[in-house]
Amino acid sequence: MTVPALEVAGLTFCYPNGHPALEDLSFTVDVGERVALLGPNGAGKTTLALHLNGIHRAEAGSIAVAGTELTDTTLPEIRRRVGMVFQDADDQLFMPTVGEDVAFGPSNLGLKGTERDERVAEALAMVQAAEFIERSPHHLSGGEKRRIALATVLAMRPDVIVMDEPTSGLDPAGRRELADLLQTLDHTQLLITHDLPFALEVCPRSIIVSDGRVVADGPTPAILADTALLEAHRLELPFGFDPEFLTRRHRPAA
Amino acid sequence: MGAGHAHRLHVPGDTIVHRMAPEAKIVAAFAFVLAVAVTPRRAVWVFVLHGLLLACWIARAGLRPSLVVKRLAVIAPFVTFAFFLPFLAGGATTEVLGVSLSTEGLWGTWNVLTKSVLGATTSIVLASTTPVADIVRGLERLRVPALVTSVISFMFRYLDLITADLGRMRTAMVARGHDARWLWQVKPIASSAGAMFVRSYERGERVHAAMLARGFDGTMPTLDDRRASPAEWRMAAIVPMLAAVAALGGLLT
Amino acid sequence: MHAPDGFLTAATAVSTGVLSAGLLGLAARKASDELDDKQIPLAGLAAAFVFAGQMVNFPVAAGTSGHLLGGALAAILLGPGVGALVVAIVVVVQALVFADGGLTALGYNTLNMAIVPAFGGYAVFTFARKFLPSTAGGVVGATGIAALASVVLSATAFSIEWLFGAAAPVPFDTVFGAMVSVHLLIGIGEAVISAMVVSAVLAARPDLVAGARDLDRVALSSARKIPMRAFVVGALVVSLGVATVVSQFASGDPDGLERVAEDEGFVDTAEDHALGNSVFADYATSGVGNESLSLAIAGAGGTLLTLAVGYGVFRTVSGVPGRRAAHELAG
Repeated sequence: MTVPALEVAGLTFCYPNGHPALEDLSFTVDVGERVALLGPNGAGKTTLALHLNGIHRAEAGSIAVAGTELTDTTLPEIRRRVGMVFQDADDQLFMPTVGEDVAFGPSNLGLKGTERDERVAEALAMVQAAEFIERSPHHLSGGEKRRIALATVLAMRPDVIVMDEPTSGLDPAGRRELADLLQTLDHTQLLITHDLPFALEVCPRSIIVSDGRVVADGPTPAILADTALLEAHRLELPFGFDPEFLTRRHRPAA
Repeated sequence: MGAGHAHRLHVPGDTIVHRMAPEAKIVAAFAFVLAVAVTPRRAVWVFVLHGLLLACWIARAGLRPSLVVKRLAVIAPFVTFAFFLPFLAGGATTEVLGVSLSTEGLWGTWNVLTKSVLGATTSIVLASTTPVADIVRGLERLRVPALVTSVISFMFRYLDLITADLGRMRTAMVARGHDARWLWQVKPIASSAGAMFVRSYERGERVHAAMLARGFDGTMPTLDDRRASPAEWRMAAIVPMLAAVAALGGLLT
Repeated sequence: MHAPDGFLTAATAVSTGVLSAGLLGLAARKASDELDDKQIPLAGLAAAFVFAGQMVNFPVAAGTSGHLLGGALAAILLGPGVGALVVAIVVVVQALVFADGGLTALGYNTLNMAIVPAFGGYAVFTFARKFLPSTAGGVVGATGIAALASVVLSATAFSIEWLFGAAAPVPFDTVFGAMVSVHLLIGIGEAVISAMVVSAVLAARPDLVAGARDLDRVALSSARKIPMRAFVVGALVVSLGVATVVSQFASGDPDGLERVAEDEGFVDTAEDHALGNSVFADYATSGVGNESLSLAIAGAGGTLLTLAVGYGVFRTVSGVPGRRAAHELAG
């Protein structure tokens, strides 16, 4: 049996005000899988993401990345292996220029000089944004910012990429470019979203989290076709989207 | 006082002043202003020399004099105060247009006026020829503590986002008929400022999380290895050296 | 308050520069206790907030407007160390990037606009809270008092620096009287807006108000609204009180300081100062037996006079006070 890329077991977390955010949450993701984590607002998706590289620490349960359990000693290594792309790219891009921002992670890994410059160039090339290296992040479009935020974690050569609401604030073209880009990367990916068509396009598998628990886990077309399940957890396909189409289109593959 | 802050002063260009290493430029600006500040008020000819040196900088930087004059408006409140000095100060008096004014006060006005104009013009030349990121880099290379330079850098990164936020809140208020004219109608503005603080703080927390996620350990990495060459330092030193010599001449006579 | 170059002597500029740098070093150490490793992003965002906050114009009277200085507010929201550091950084950037305030004036500008209002304002805040209920309302009230006091303290600090390094022999009393009375008016605006900002933050995220960390949820929710007009009246009363206290301050110490200044040769024309032109200058020689009492009268009288003149000006300028906007809103 191969070691899963990401293993979450019995994760429990309460907000400072005592309200439970995650309750006994468990799932695994295999190497190279692209998984959508679906759920309504307030379901605990972002809280979960913040646990995956140790920004929040679990009260109970464990997280393991490629077999390495998250502890105080493994924290720096876990943070390198799990690349977090935050919901608001402006939170992630804080340095004066794109190049310096992409260099921030590798610098924290202790890289210097040409080695660091190579990492920056490599990561920007992967997201087709090499020409932005000298630009200030402030004047970029939403789609460009998102791609560069992705580059800032790619520069750390992570095994797992976690993206929080990757499509929020993107125009349709930006969304299309991001979907294409993510499918070219062979990293294990966990995409936290409530953009169901995006999940369908990019991720073969989906997990629904609601009230801090996993309530469904399976092939994305099957999950999205289950109207009763979606409705029970405040998820909705866009108007005019026919669930029948899902099963038809994906039947040969499934 | 706050009006001038909405836009940056940087004027893009590719002149010898623009290309000067920022750390050398900052030191040169400080040294020049210091030379001006120690010049005795009665050494009028020295101030003329200072002015000419500064004019050289402005000319080499290709800045329009009208632009510099317009930006000098920031010193207006204090210069206005300076014009009251002859009326308020004591000591010997001089008749000017039939009004008896304090001689010391008149010299005080002259002193504040020349020094503040020369000083502010120097800052304007510095800010007009150096992008903000370079000023921060220059401060870093001058060994200003990383805490201070990184706070400045963060401040500039998020200032526009915060002001844009605030602008939208203001528009939303005006759109619903808000037109405060008296202090006791200030509440919506204060509440929006409070909301702005909460949003800024929460963004700070999110940025901190994003930094931790990429291995931040409390110290900012140094990304900049370049230093000004001795030749650049010598070039930057010319104007402040001349000004210092002139100031010394003024002190000795 | 962004004084340009040459406003005070070079010696004052250098000595305040050294003083400010030392105090900011202490503030930075205190700041790292207050924020630990979050300090860089949080202080950066707080600096952006203070910078943006200084651009917010708020109405004073009859459509005229002022803007926030923010020293006390920053100290109350962030803690005095972070507050002083953040406002000082804003002042430095304004000089370097916006030519607002002289480069050689940075020493006294950071002292007057950041260090004195943040630490002084916070001290007044802590003191005022002892006399106010431990509720959100008490914190808001203490903020108003602290903000008003911080602006007056700034003006006082400037006046004292003027005493040591004036650009012209204007008597201390004149500068002090003018600075404090003008800043009392500015301070009322500062008090009202700072208090309401703190009140808004207490309502949304009470944990973000450093000066109210001791309050529990019960104390916070028992907040009573403070009516706006009552607040303004309260601020006036406080400013009268401040004027009275400040005038006492003016009686003894600055004379002592002036003597030091004369002895040390800092003030070359100090002999002129004793006969200031100010109406309320140098009450010790005015023949009123009780020096303290006469100074208190002078301080309070000065404030009332300033307010009366201010009110008269605003009335004349505005015609019908305050009704227009109200009608427009109602209509």
